[in-house]
Amino acid sequence: MTISTAPIPVSTDAEAPEAPARRNRFWAWVIFIMTAVYFLIPLGATFWWSLRAEADKLGFEAYRRLFEDANFWPSFTESVVNAVAAIFLSLLIIVPTAYWVTLRLPRLRPVVEFITLLPFVIPAVVLVFGLIRLYGRPPLLLTATYDSSRVLLICAYAALSFPYMFRSVDNGLRAMDVRSLTEAAQSLGAGWPTILRRVIFPNLRVALLSGALLTFAIVIGELTIALFMAQQTFGPYMANLTRSKVYEPSAMAVVAFALTWAAMGTIALITRPGKRG
Amino acid sequence: MSGFLSLHGIRKEFNGVVAVDTFDLDVEPGEFVSFLGPSGCGKTTTLRMVAGFEQPTAGTIRLAGKDVTYAKANERNIGMVFQSYALFPNMTVAENIAFGLRVRKEEGSARSDRVSELLDLIHLPDKAKSYPNELSGGQQQRVALARALAIRPQLLLLDEPLSALDAKIRDDLRAEIRRIQRQLNITTIYVTHDQEEALALSDRVVVMSKGRMEQVGEPFEIYNNPATGFVASFVGQLNRLPVTVEDPALGRIRMGRNELRTTSMIEAPTGAGVSLMMRPEEITLDDAEENVLEGIVETVTFLGSIVRVQVGVEGSKVIADLFNERLLELPEAGDSTRISFPPHACWVMA
Repeated sequence: MTISTAPIPVSTDAEAPEAPARRNRFWAWVIFIMTAVYFLIPLGATFWWSLRAEADKLGFEAYRRLFEDANFWPSFTESVVNAVAAIFLSLLIIVPTAYWVTLRLPRLRPVVEFITLLPFVIPAVVLVFGLIRLYGRPPLLLTATYDSSRVLLICAYAALSFPYMFRSVDNGLRAMDVRSLTEAAQSLGAGWPTILRRVIFPNLRVALLSGALLTFAIVIGELTIALFMAQQTFGPYMANLTRSKVYEPSAMAVVAFALTWAAMGTIALITRPGKRG
Repeated sequence: MSGFLSLHGIRKEFNGVVAVDTFDLDVEPGEFVSFLGPSGCGKTTTLRMVAGFEQPTAGTIRLAGKDVTYAKANERNIGMVFQSYALFPNMTVAENIAFGLRVRKEEGSARSDRVSELLDLIHLPDKAKSYPNELSGGQQQRVALARALAIRPQLLLLDEPLSALDAKIRDDLRAEIRRIQRQLNITTIYVTHDQEEALALSDRVVVMSKGRMEQVGEPFEIYNNPATGFVASFVGQLNRLPVTVEDPALGRIRMGRNELRTTSMIEAPTGAGVSLMMRPEEITLDDAEENVLEGIVETVTFLGSIVRVQVGVEGSKVIADLFNERLLELPEAGDSTRISFPPHACWVMA
């Protein structure tokens, strides 16, 4: 057989294949700019308004007043504590459940998925009325004091987090070979608590953080349930501020937006490619 | 007499479907036994019952004289190596190897000594601080082996540990597994669907099909004296020619107008239609005094150390594996040829 040494034919119309790619890039930019404008104009306007607290000049007076407000930090701190407690409770319920479903009861996955989606289907106002009816009378009276209501609120927030937490954890579990890792640990002598603590939880770190930060972003500004349970958290504080002040609510919106994006940014940072775990 | 590991009357059903049936095996201390069979034959299920990940529907499993049939997996002191390595991604190589020792609350210095010892054993002393995703497949499987051995298990189980690796690495690691097993003299059960692996590694091979043991024996015996048609066809290449028995006492059989002879026993009566079996490497393209068949060469395939020639003989196909040597005169497709095989190299099956 003779092997040809002739050069491989090259298309003379080298521009042609690139043209569709360029067109695609153009429209991608158009869509990106339109989307950015759609989001950024209201945000920019809110920020602009928040800077006009002082007459005839732009400044951060609204932010100063907001941060110096006697109720800002207590309500914010209370919401942070509630969010952290709800995240831990949610993790304690969801991780073993999702782990067991993946390992031993895969047929039950649709049922568990449906249950975890219920907070999306049931409006918060229905949920809170249900909770008050159930826990507002003996033998499970939890609405008698501020602190016991707070416990109930945290439980409700944990339930609200289920859709996000279950999906994050489930995705994390599907991404690793749960069965083999579990069996490897078992053959080395580990019991269930050790397997969960030393093998499953560390390898779910990214998934858990994603779920936790999404939960944090939701709980931190939650209004309906907190209001009905007479809790002095950040959500009711923001609602109250909107009714009584002019510039501070805009400053508040910008701060809340920054907090949410900080949470999202943290997720992106932790889950960036090349990061272990 | 029961062995170091004894499986008696093991049966396993999944929702009424029998996965393993009537499995009896005694494994001696330090023995290397392979479970060989196609996918779904029950070999991995049997291994998982030994490991404690599945419980038998019936039967008993005894390890070192102790009944472990219903013991939990983490209470059996059995090391296991998985096909997918199953290294803990969040831990370094050293931490992976030390995991079982930490669970057993072994003292820190003894633990690190043991880890160093095992890293030397698997020839990866410089990888202690690496993470699994920084290692090649072969290196990961070596670490998995070291991790399983770290706990000084009574029994080592390997579930198709080489099937995810490239051919060259597979060969190297196969030799490495055998070296380590011999060095530590650890009783080992090895599951594979690769006959070459099973034959090369094992002291004994258990050939399985459809949940049952077909034959248990040394590799040489399994290959040269297969007990059933399944074993004969699953282990190695096999030619099967339709023949008629002429004289069972003298081992005379007939294929068309050709008279053939075998030295192995024929249990069929005169006139019975049976199959004559022979391995491709037993066939030559030379003329011989007996057992000569004429045919037409259909294909010639070069496989490196051997050349595989397929010959059509009276409507049947016969494969002959010829050892590749420089002076070998190869036929071409369409050539007429004569093939022959010695009477001791063929046997009859119903």
